Amino acid sequence: MSPATRYTPIAIALHWLLALAIVGAFCVGLYMTSLPFSPTRLKLYNWHKWAGVTILTLSALRLLWRLTHRPPADIPMPAWQLRAAHVTHQLLYVLFFAVPLSGWAYSSAAGFPIVWFGVLPLPDFVGKDKELAETLKLVHHFAAYGLGLLVVGHVAAALKHQFVDRDGLLARMGLGRA
Amino acid sequence: MKRLLSALLVATSALAAQAATLQPEKSELSFTFKQMGVPVDGKFKKFEAQLDFDAKKPEAGKIAFTVDLGSVSLGDASFDAELAKASWFDTKRNGKATFVSSGIKPTGPGKYDVAGKLTIKGAARDVVVPITLASGVAAGSVAIKRLDFKIGDGEWADTSMVANDVTVKFKLAFAGL
Repeated sequence: MSPATRYTPIAIALHWLLALAIVGAFCVGLYMTSLPFSPTRLKLYNWHKWAGVTILTLSALRLLWRLTHRPPADIPMPAWQLRAAHVTHQLLYVLFFAVPLSGWAYSSAAGFPIVWFGVLPLPDFVGKDKELAETLKLVHHFAAYGLGLLVVGHVAAALKHQFVDRDGLLARMGLGRA
Repeated sequence: MKRLLSALLVATSALAAQAATLQPEKSELSFTFKQMGVPVDGKFKKFEAQLDFDAKKPEAGKIAFTVDLGSVSLGDASFDAELAKASWFDTKRNGKATFVSSGIKPTGPGKYDVAGKLTIKGAARDVVVPITLASGVAAGSVAIKRLDFKIGDGEWADTSMVANDVTVKFKLAFAGL
């Protein structure tokens, strides 16, 4: 196992942890908005917000790690695919921040400051403002759906490399041998 | 001049002896509670008060306070619709909350403890409300337990979800006080 063909263990751990957290928060987000007003709905909203702030924090850590550690060399593939992969990764990073930040701002604008895990009150970047809340809600939804689409594309491309091209791409992220 | 002054004095004291009238547009009634650790503020838009008070004889004073529970707002339509339901304020059957004083005790300059009965949703509790009175404005706050009045009953009774403690804050401006 050569270090140049895999991401670092920390990068791999953050990738899978965040993959799980983001898919989880996305599904909870879809489910909770479909519920009628109830304790379950409020509980899920709070859990969703806590998860979002956790994702935001881990994403900041992940970006810092990514900027200070060289990723493995690109696997040989057509130039357009490489370009598409890199653009997708950059957009994913943008949305790792845009989705939770828009959700946080939406919550503040709606008049419900976030108290992380019910313990740590987080600051409000925007004041209570109904119209702004409606706008931020849309931003949050579209950003989340955008992130969802990118994740689907990212997973589909990875599976195509692994099972159609059989180039062992997944080993870079810790699955199977390099 | 002296005569005019004394006439004025008589006039003002006569006015003070009358019951003071609430100035709703200068008054506020709000409350704060925690929902999974998140502070949530609400307010009542409609309330009335009858005050009979003379600072020289505070013990003889009386206050009756009525709140239109249907005027509650948390500033969010889905929350407001929920609060009208039977498990919360049940505004169809319990339109009003009342507070009737039973005794006013001075505790310091411009400070009083107002004891009385608070009735919400048919449940009555004796409470003591500390208030400060300055330039016609009575202000103060009182802590109550929402479950004493079955506010948030049934599935909402879980206090880890919605805290039992509710702080009610008020600023009541009176004319003729």
